[in-house]
Amino acid sequence: MSSSRTGTARLARLALRRDRVQLPVWILSIAALGAFAASAIGTQYPTEADRLAVLRVAVETPGLLIFRAAPTGTSDGQMTVFGILAILALMAGFMSTLAVVRHTRQNEETGRTEMIGATAVGRQASLTAALAVVVGANLALAALIGLTLAGNGEPAGGSFAAGAGVGAAGIAFAGIAAVAAQLTQGARAANGMAAAAVGTAYLIRGLADAFGDVQPNGYTMTSAWPSWLSPIGWTLQLRPFAGDRWWVLALPLVCFAITTAAAFALAARRDVGTGLLADRPGPTRASAALLGPLGLAWRLQRGTLCGWAVTIVAFGLVVGSIGNAVQDQLMTNENVRGRLDDLAGGGGHEAMDSFFAAMMATIAVLVAGYLVQALLRARAEESSGRVEAVLATATGRLAWLGGHVVVATAGAVAMLGLAGVTIGLVYGASAGHLGGQIRHLAATAYLQLPAVLTLAGLAVALLALVPRISMGLTWFAFALSFVLGPYGTLFGVPETVRAISPFSHVPSAPAEATAAPIVAMSAAALALGLAGLATFRRRDLVG
Amino acid sequence: MTSAINVSGLVKTFGRVRALDGLDLHVDTGEVHGFLGPNGAGKSTTIRVLLGLLRAHAGTVELLGGDPWRDAVDLHRRLAYVPGDVNLWPNLTGGEAIDLFGSLRGGLDKRRRDELIQRFQLDPSKRARTYSKGNRQKVAIVAAFASDVELYILDEPTSGLDPLMEAAFQECVREVTRRGRTVLLSSHIFSEVEALCDRVSIVRQGRTVETGTLAELRHLTRTSVSVEATRPITGLTDLPGVHDVDVAATHATFAVDSGELNRVLGYLTQFDVRTLSSAPPSLEEIFLRHYGDELVGAR
Ligand SMILES: Nc1ncnc2c1ncn2[C@@H]1O[C@H](COP(=O)(O)OP(=O)(O)OP(=O)(O)O)[C@@H](O)[C@H]1O
Ligand SMILES: [Mg+2]
Repeated sequence: MSSSRTGTARLARLALRRDRVQLPVWILSIAALGAFAASAIGTQYPTEADRLAVLRVAVETPGLLIFRAAPTGTSDGQMTVFGILAILALMAGFMSTLAVVRHTRQNEETGRTEMIGATAVGRQASLTAALAVVVGANLALAALIGLTLAGNGEPAGGSFAAGAGVGAAGIAFAGIAAVAAQLTQGARAANGMAAAAVGTAYLIRGLADAFGDVQPNGYTMTSAWPSWLSPIGWTLQLRPFAGDRWWVLALPLVCFAITTAAAFALAARRDVGTGLLADRPGPTRASAALLGPLGLAWRLQRGTLCGWAVTIVAFGLVVGSIGNAVQDQLMTNENVRGRLDDLAGGGGHEAMDSFFAAMMATIAVLVAGYLVQALLRARAEESSGRVEAVLATATGRLAWLGGHVVVATAGAVAMLGLAGVTIGLVYGASAGHLGGQIRHLAATAYLQLPAVLTLAGLAVALLALVPRISMGLTWFAFALSFVLGPYGTLFGVPETVRAISPFSHVPSAPAEATAAPIVAMSAAALALGLAGLATFRRRDLVG
Repeated sequence: MTSAINVSGLVKTFGRVRALDGLDLHVDTGEVHGFLGPNGAGKSTTIRVLLGLLRAHAGTVELLGGDPWRDAVDLHRRLAYVPGDVNLWPNLTGGEAIDLFGSLRGGLDKRRRDELIQRFQLDPSKRARTYSKGNRQKVAIVAAFASDVELYILDEPTSGLDPLMEAAFQECVREVTRRGRTVLLSSHIFSEVEALCDRVSIVRQGRTVETGTLAELRHLTRTSVSVEATRPITGLTDLPGVHDVDVAATHATFAVDSGELNRVLGYLTQFDVRTLSSAPPSLEEIFLRHYGDELVGAR
């Protein structure tokens, strides 16, 4: 073992110990999601005819393919790949990037690396240990997915190819995160950069599938070439249950080799605690805009907000332009309409409304993700101890937490509007009725607001009531609402279980809206938020 | 004299840990009060209760005539706090952080701010993540002393400062006390406490074990004496209050309880004292005497 890697094993054990709950939860959740989706296929689409019908619609509906995948056939395994594999790869990407940053940059930021670095460990040991742990986690994930799919009765080859595809994507993203961790100054920025890479990879893959070529049989397709540029694209190019092209695994592994080599080279050249993108001197005085709890909250959250806003606008542009293609389809195909309605949650409404409702549901999940992240920033301020100095000034607890809630909520409201207006602009520009479309789509977007706010209220209540575990609980609630809400119909989840998710209660078009769910969710959001604020006023600060 | 801080019988538990166990603390207006105790004694916890960040479980706590939990916001306008662990926002510059704290507290004196930045040789244009520990502490110190308030609560404010900056800090404390302000100073640096404090309270395991002026505390402890006489010194060990005797014919060193000092000096005259030197106990010795058993013992 070279001296720059001395102590790697010890650090890896330390990382495993720190992650003894977190990584298993990630791995089990991802594998469970896959198993759940696979077992639901049989009940949801029992006959070959059902499957052909849904795939025929899908291949003609680019907007849906972004969230599924290019279909490869009608077997159970192929339907599972179509339905869930891209999302599993996405989640493996987030698991890996968060873990790599946690064990490298975040350690450095908190000074733990210095303490460790002063003991008998090599310079590269920390990064090596982090990568070893994350690669191990992805191997475990790959095996688990393979086992659960095979256990469900799918062909073993395809099952393990699907697992390997997901694990390999996670490994490729680990390498990308390792580079991001070297480039930036802080863990937050590194996480942002790595998450952007994962999101972009997902979107590129989605667009490549959406604009792929339909085969002559009318229900399978090959993706467009950009799919080969994305680690999540590689997962699907492996074609599990449809040829199992194992050689495609070479791509993520080469990507991992190149990125980790780059990360080690960068790590060897920089000092502990610094990034390659150095800090420039900043203002010596605070601008008036910063001076107050609201100004401070805005300053701390604006970076997150801008990142998410760019994502939302990009998404809106894609959805708006795809809207036109969907419209053309609907004009010509009666069968498509019914299926699309099914995929959008059922109910038999206007077909275009169904399409946009399905898209808005995904946008709402993104906005809720932003809102949860922004609100948990308040908890991070508390656990890092920074809030003590602030609350020791003449700033009350309500003003401080209220500042974060106001900034985060206003950001979410703005983002929903931004989504509606962007889609309306792009769609209206070619479909006509520009002004009307914008108004209609903005209204459709705001139908999601009560559901989004319900999660926000829950986040505030949890961070006030159970601060120490609020982060995990809130993200868990978010993931649950996401899986049971927009994706619930796809997995054939019973209605009563789906009802847990606020997203299940969102009407699909303004014309369909009834007061009851909107009032109920708004009231729940308000009650949870107020309960949280009241509790936070009365409790000890918790580090 | 009115009191700025009045704590009695304060109890604070964290689960099964009894961090404060009937602590008393009285700080008079206009004094610099030293707050001493070994690691984990409960100093920071007491300060957090005083700031309304933690809620007391039992006992009475009065701060500037108010209740630190109920009247937190109003009281905080009248005090400034330097935390033991200075955590700043990595993206904000030191200058921004100073202005922010000043404004959250209700305004700061711009001239004084600039003058303090000069005095502490702080570069206010650097992002907080690039500051060293000492520089982060300077940001908190400048932010506190740039506000003219009635009470300064300082939790180990100088643990990372170099000697020059330590001197600058002591100067700041003297300036505010000259203007009649009150300072509560928690510190592990004895020279600093001896130089600045009018009175000190020593806590241990969540209780106050000693409180008073330095002179009063000295009175409770031993003075070390070294004496040279013409005749051989005998019988010292039989005197009450004399300890650690080491006699070599006409030379002797010993420690004596401060209350017995006069009688022992009278006894020594019969041996015809030629030279005598005595050293009052340092704060460190007082401190060690209180914690000596603890050093050997539990923690
Ligand atoms: N949030 C908490 N949860 C549990 N125990 C705590 C918490 N805060 C403090 N304690 C415990 O209370 C006791 C007093 O801690 P405190 O920080 O007040 O000590 P201190 O006198 O400031 O020590 P030091 O000189 O090291 O700063 C310690 O035993 C500590 O472990
Ligand atoms: Mg302390």
